[in-house]
Amino acid sequence: MRSQGFGVFFPILMSLTILAGSMEFATVSLLLGGFAPLNVFLMTLMINGRHLFYGISMLEKYKNTGLKKLYLIFGLCDETFSINYTANVPEGVDEGWFMFFVTLLNHFYWVLGASLGAVFGSCLHFDFEGLEFVMTALFIVIFLEQWNKDDSHHSSIIGIVSAILCLLVFGSESFMIPTMIVILSVLLLLRGGKRMEIRGDIHESA
Amino acid sequence: MSLLEQIMTIGVVVIATMTTRFLPFIIFPPDKKIPEIVSYLGKMLPGAALGLLVVYCFKDVNVFENNQILPSLLGGIMVVGLHLLKRNMLLSIAGGTIFYMVLVQVVF
Repeated sequence: MRSQGFGVFFPILMSLTILAGSMEFATVSLLLGGFAPLNVFLMTLMINGRHLFYGISMLEKYKNTGLKKLYLIFGLCDETFSINYTANVPEGVDEGWFMFFVTLLNHFYWVLGASLGAVFGSCLHFDFEGLEFVMTALFIVIFLEQWNKDDSHHSSIIGIVSAILCLLVFGSESFMIPTMIVILSVLLLLRGGKRMEIRGDIHESA
Repeated sequence: MSLLEQIMTIGVVVIATMTTRFLPFIIFPPDKKIPEIVSYLGKMLPGAALGLLVVYCFKDVNVFENNQILPSLLGGIMVVGLHLLKRNMLLSIAGGTIFYMVLVQVVF
């Protein structure tokens, strides 16, 4: 952001309040364009629409977390979701507080990183090229962990396949929403199919 | 844009982001029973959402550019391989990332 001519406080403010990696990068280009709040609103909804999935997945887990829930939901970014959903909370540790601190540390590291980058970014000389792969690696590992946990791998396969297909059809700028629609439709169709089977069984046994 | 407009723009991004995070919890408050279809989706969606996230990370890789596709592919294989062998999250993530950095900085 500094390289685009913004003050130190912009990246810090954004990492504190938005807490969504890709969206903060997109915001830089939005800030460089003209003032168009409605456009910005819709664009953000599209880029961050996947958070709806995280919310639906966490309804149960975040249920009895009291006031912490507000912060847990506020901080429900990709990283927080993937860790909180898949982590095995050690016995004797309160799950609500565990998830709270996962969220808080994610938030803290994120703001710290953005602040350090904003202040010292221009004096860094170490070649960090490729370091961004750490996120890819994290999500691959968490995907594998989830794969191990699931009895049926339908959902994981549906996610990968529909994302790749939509990426090929719609391109990298606008494949998220179509992918979400495809995932939802296939999951609902699957459920419909299962229900029919169950009904069929009942019918046969009757 | 003036400073005020810039801050308002960031504010709009925050509001829209929070809409996507809070909406499910507002529609399905804990004192109401969650419809069966939603708890079904809550169980099934994570696998798909994580799959989408993995593809999302590779979305800007140009498959026709060897110096983009090869490091991404090899780095990905490295992470999966390490994880299947050792099942140690930190090792898989650090090993894969260092390997990828060497590939993009030195090899390609």
